[in-house]
Amino acid sequence: MKEILSGNEAIARGAYEAGVKVACAYPGTPSTEILENTIRYREIDSSWATNEKVALEVGIGASFVGARSLVTMKHVGVNVAADPLFTLSYTGVNGGLVLVCADDPELHSSQNEQDSRNYAKFAKVPMLEPADSQECLEFTKLAYEISEKYDTPVLLRTTTRISHSKSVVNMGERTDLVREAKIEKNAAKFVMLPGNARVRHVVVEDRTVQLSKDGCSMPINRVEMREGKIGVITSGIAYQHVREALPEASVLKLGMVHPLPFDLIREFAAKVEKLYVVEELDPFIEEQVKAIGIPVIGKEIISICGELTPGRVRKAFGLPENAATAVEKLPGRPPNMCPGCPHRGVFYTLNQLKAYVSGDIGCYTLGFMPPLSAMDTCVCMGASIGMATGAVKVLSPEERKKVVAVIGDSTFLHTGINGLMDMVYNKGAATVIILDNRITAMTGRQENPGSGHTLMNDPTNAVDFELLCKAIGVKNVRTINPLDLDECRTVISEEMERPETSVIITDKPCVLIKREGIFKAGAPLQVVEESCTGCRACLKIGCPAIEWVPSSGKKGKAHIDPLLCNGCDVCSQLCKFSAIQEAK
Amino acid sequence: MSDKVTNIVLVGVGGQGILLAAEILSETFMLAGFDVKKSEIHGMSQRGGSVVSHVRYGKEVFSPMVPEGEGDILFGFELMESYRYLSLLKPGGAVVVNDLCIAPPAVLVGQESYPADMALKIQELCPDCLLVDGQNLAIQAGNARAANTVLLGAVSKRLDIEEKYWIEAIEKMVPKKALEVNLKAFEMGRGLK
Repeated sequence: MKEILSGNEAIARGAYEAGVKVACAYPGTPSTEILENTIRYREIDSSWATNEKVALEVGIGASFVGARSLVTMKHVGVNVAADPLFTLSYTGVNGGLVLVCADDPELHSSQNEQDSRNYAKFAKVPMLEPADSQECLEFTKLAYEISEKYDTPVLLRTTTRISHSKSVVNMGERTDLVREAKIEKNAAKFVMLPGNARVRHVVVEDRTVQLSKDGCSMPINRVEMREGKIGVITSGIAYQHVREALPEASVLKLGMVHPLPFDLIREFAAKVEKLYVVEELDPFIEEQVKAIGIPVIGKEIISICGELTPGRVRKAFGLPENAATAVEKLPGRPPNMCPGCPHRGVFYTLNQLKAYVSGDIGCYTLGFMPPLSAMDTCVCMGASIGMATGAVKVLSPEERKKVVAVIGDSTFLHTGINGLMDMVYNKGAATVIILDNRITAMTGRQENPGSGHTLMNDPTNAVDFELLCKAIGVKNVRTINPLDLDECRTVISEEMERPETSVIITDKPCVLIKREGIFKAGAPLQVVEESCTGCRACLKIGCPAIEWVPSSGKKGKAHIDPLLCNGCDVCSQLCKFSAIQEAK
Repeated sequence: MSDKVTNIVLVGVGGQGILLAAEILSETFMLAGFDVKKSEIHGMSQRGGSVVSHVRYGKEVFSPMVPEGEGDILFGFELMESYRYLSLLKPGGAVVVNDLCIAPPAVLVGQESYPADMALKIQELCPDCLLVDGQNLAIQAGNARAANTVLLGAVSKRLDIEEKYWIEAIEKMVPKKALEVNLKAFEMGRGLK
């Protein structure tokens, strides 16, 4: 059966066909849709974990008792999961275990553009890299075979242009594995105390050597000889751009990027006049090819930063660029918090109070943009609270009051909670605001332990943030309505004055939540033209529904688009002239 | 089948139904027997950001991205975004664009103004330009939200694909309750000169 699938959909299908029983992940663009698609197959138990480390541990547990498991995350998530990963490399698996890591060259929606191929080498784990959706499906299945044959977890690396691109896929059937999950004790393999681990390290090194040798005859590492004189070693999406831009070039297409098939590389190098490596981000293949004494051109012509495009490959090889229509400079169109977003009032208040806002990863990171301009740091998931603790350790008592950490519900449960325990334990005097909008909004509204529903849509326990904070020792916990500006200002300024840890929880849901009865839009508002003095106060919250109309009236007037307005009422609280009212 | 790959670039503002239109295009081309690749960036796009989707079809497609200056058709849902991405279009390429302005944040707060005469500027650079009053035609078809299907109809007229594949793709991708309106919207777009 033929279908057009994204790389993520094809990986989910591949896992299904490979007989996977357990799939676990923390959502992260561009990896998120893999688990959103494994739920189409009831044979797979799919779940969101609280973070990537936990997701991998769930996968490991299922593998150790014999089931095939799938764990997915974005590149920065691998940093969180790195601890179990490096030792999993030593223990190996029982049922096959595949960890998908989705890299984001060009940082379309990430805080850095790390190259996860380095993790394969660092953790000494084989890595496959598909180049389109068909390969996403096939490589996923192959990854389980390699995992079990070589007793190793396998990394499957995608990049944004593989995860989110769609192409035609031929689908197959599910393999029904005979093996049943059952407890088999094997301490020498699964208990990594130093004595056992020393033995396993030798196994790991032998495995890498063997895989490098076997990789030379794997069909996924293939040589395509063409009439041109140059040869290009490439993999993943870069292969497609090379075929597009250099149709005459001979190509060694690597499906396994770690360990590299060195004998095959030597053979290919001997057949061509000039050898290139075309790869995104780090000179990962290039350095290893150079290390075995083969001269190759790579990063001299291709940037180490950003993603490749057919145009960038053409430029690197000095080919004429296509004529492009020149256009004038235009206003940018960055993303914005939605109309009615419950974060807007909080960030407006933090801006007014001149807080030093230690930020985190989520929709609310957009709070750094003007006109709200109320976020001063953003490093990684869960970092806001720990960083606030560090800042108050060294600031003067007057400066210390300004430190406020903001964090979303899902991010708080991901790794923020550890930071809060640390802050209380070490007597950090900062204010923490948990922006609880009942969903993991940024990645497209995934459930989390605070939302009360599982990925497979079963009702479940919802974390009580207030009780949780009290249980870990926060004495001052207050819940506020973030759409009420007076309440925001009063509570936040009081807590900022307090010389000890305090937590403020906001309790309005994301406007995009689909589940019925959670978000209810208010009546749309309108600007009463005669009352509007053109003072622009309502523009300070940057709501997409409010537009400045310069041509109307003496100084111009505000206008509210009734189709966009969700009736949150934050703008009308800013209007001193009562010009913003419910539309009649 | 010739070896030529046809390149379509869809541009507009998050929330306008661009991704669904790109899905329908891709599905149509697959049903008509072509290799198809489609690429776009998700994540932040639904929050009013600029959205670009690339759809390519032919005997064999490699890169999922339309190379700069090789777009055959620019399929625009909003005027300023269409103008912004004209560099992807080949010289003499066709433009089918919705006659609609959506103000970006800097314009909303009055810091910048929406650039004047966008439609005119596009037409000057690309003589083969069809300006579609998508919103009004969609209302005539029965629902203002079907503007993307009106535009799709207009684009379909410029591609050599049998009508039955378009209809089959729309029937597969559009929810049942909205199907009648969308088929009507598609026909209205297809009827435009």
